[in-house]
Amino acid sequence: MIAAADRKLALWNIGVAYVAFLIGTLAGLLQVFIRNDKLVLPAWLDYYQILTAHGVLLALIFTTFFIFAFFITGMSKSLGAFGPKVLLWNWIGFVVMLAGTVLATVMIVSGKASVLYTFYAPLMASGWYYVGLALFVVGSWIMSFALVGHYMKWRKANPGELSPLFAFMTVSTIILWIIACLGVVATVLFQYIPWAFGWVDTINVELSRSLFWYFGHPLVYFWLLPAYMAWYVVVPKIIGVPVFSDALARLAFILFILFSIPVGFHHQLMEPGISNFWKFFQVVLTFMVIIPSLMTAFSMFANFERAGRKNGGKGLFGWFTKLPWKDVRFTSLFIAMAFFIPGGAGGIINASFQLNEIVHNTLWIVGHFHITVGTPVAMTFMGLTFWIIPYLTGRKFSKTMQKLAFIQIGTWTVGMILMSTAQHILGLLGAPRRTAFSNYNNHPSALEWFDGILTNHVTMAVGGSILFLSAMLLLYIVIMSAFISPKAVEAHEFVEFPLAESDKQATPKIFEDWKVWIGIAFALILVAYAVPIIQMIQDAPPGSKGFITW
Amino acid sequence: MHLHKYEKIWMTFGIAALVVFLSIVGVSAFSHEQHTPAGGIETIDPEKVKETAPFNEPGVKQLDEDTYQATIVAMAFAYEAPELKVPVGKEVIFKLTSTDVVHSFTIDNTNVNMMVVPGQVTTKSYTFKEPGKYLILCNEYCGTGHHYMFAEIEVTEE
Repeated sequence: MIAAADRKLALWNIGVAYVAFLIGTLAGLLQVFIRNDKLVLPAWLDYYQILTAHGVLLALIFTTFFIFAFFITGMSKSLGAFGPKVLLWNWIGFVVMLAGTVLATVMIVSGKASVLYTFYAPLMASGWYYVGLALFVVGSWIMSFALVGHYMKWRKANPGELSPLFAFMTVSTIILWIIACLGVVATVLFQYIPWAFGWVDTINVELSRSLFWYFGHPLVYFWLLPAYMAWYVVVPKIIGVPVFSDALARLAFILFILFSIPVGFHHQLMEPGISNFWKFFQVVLTFMVIIPSLMTAFSMFANFERAGRKNGGKGLFGWFTKLPWKDVRFTSLFIAMAFFIPGGAGGIINASFQLNEIVHNTLWIVGHFHITVGTPVAMTFMGLTFWIIPYLTGRKFSKTMQKLAFIQIGTWTVGMILMSTAQHILGLLGAPRRTAFSNYNNHPSALEWFDGILTNHVTMAVGGSILFLSAMLLLYIVIMSAFISPKAVEAHEFVEFPLAESDKQATPKIFEDWKVWIGIAFALILVAYAVPIIQMIQDAPPGSKGFITW
Repeated sequence: MHLHKYEKIWMTFGIAALVVFLSIVGVSAFSHEQHTPAGGIETIDPEKVKETAPFNEPGVKQLDEDTYQATIVAMAFAYEAPELKVPVGKEVIFKLTSTDVVHSFTIDNTNVNMMVVPGQVTTKSYTFKEPGKYLILCNEYCGTGHHYMFAEIEVTEE
């Protein structure tokens, strides 16, 4: 068990994450019923308000707080207990992040910020909404720097030695996060806040969109990399093998830092203000993340095969049946990975320049992120939740809990398959995303969308309802593990943090020379962004004043 | 650093596939002008859209024998474009801008899917293959009435 003070810190982060999860999934449930015209909201509540809450609370708040809980626990376990300074700054960061979250949530709930999770200008929310978001980011930076401080102390105490894999991956993810946030911080501080408080009259819309997406794409890797960390260091331990290759694991994370940032234009392929050359250039860079993704896929299956053969699996695929399927910590993460196969393939389609016009802003995209962040990431976090809360509280994770956990991930899988398949097909047919119920004056082609076996008004609602039940079951497990399950007494009753051995002898030292990688990352960002951003500023049209159209 | 033999094969195959994908996308986009997505780098004063050509006269205009231009102004929550009627099999150049927030101009069952950004002019060229009445809708959130923002374009036989 890690130090009590560190456990408390991690548990508070998990607590906030799951409060956000509760409100966010409830908003999701309401959405599927509004979209199939079975639910009409009271006048004081609006579909787009709920949609904003769903996106912000799940994609930003739940993920970020959970990620920090995972980092705190793993950093304390692999590098030792936090010193008083690291603890203090982590708490300060936590409080600032929480204050920002509360401020932004209050603005959303009171209807002053129905601008959606992407908050595109010139839709203008209350200035306090943007202040809330800024505080959230600043808080996350404070926590990040506190964790980096803990890591630096370890590096100083162990000169010339590569850090443990968990710490290396945490620091990589933090570097990615800090570089990514520069874009959203720039647009929020220098564009949105002065404009929303009326200090300036207008905003450069195209610039704000580009700065947002400079942040928006690496943001998805900020969710994904902690899931990858679990796949790289937690899964091997559960199935009983060492990390397949320490060097390749580190290299994959470095490549993610390099190639997940200078690629934001692939979210803006359908819009004016960016020339085709720069759009296509960033499409090419986007595709480079396929390389570390394939490396990761190879490592995962290499682990599975080695573990299965160790357990007596024979023949070409016999090892597959010898994996510990009855261990929910493994099965949950395996399902998460399996979902990422179609999820990743869909991502390649979306980023394919002109192919994007078939799917851009359709329900396909909604289906896509529900089988990327909504399952591979979220279900990995669920799989971590099952053991990390009992690990931190010293409570037991009983057989009954394990059964409930299986029902929980099973229902999430079924609900998500139904909902995301319907969304993918509806999107291909043309049904738009981010819309309340509308049949477009009974236009025949709009009615056609919802005429299929999988693409009708019922499938998405059934899927969404199953997902909500699954979410409530998860919250039950969370509450039990946090407050109610009996305390572990005997040694074997304590839940462990599964952290695999990683042989770093053959790993090149340069992999942990951050100056080099941060330098290359900024060089790539300059190449991909400098010219188009300068053009957006120099050739800017007169700016837009704010609009409140909700 | 050691690379397993199978991993070498796997990565070589993967990277080769990547190169093939990108080449197909790139060649098919840039070898025909029509296959690049909506875009353009023309700008406009968002406060003066209605005084600025061509948006002072929205609608369909024939440019030459085989080319038409459809000029449309998007606003919350409608498209200003009197009588959208174009012939089948002719190139139609859509030109859009917005007087307020960001919208889209998306024609169902076609590749026309344009983001409309205030201050910018979005252009997309498209040739309809089938006559009929096509649904146009806004697929970028623009406010309370977003899901009521739609129109229709009629594609006529020659």
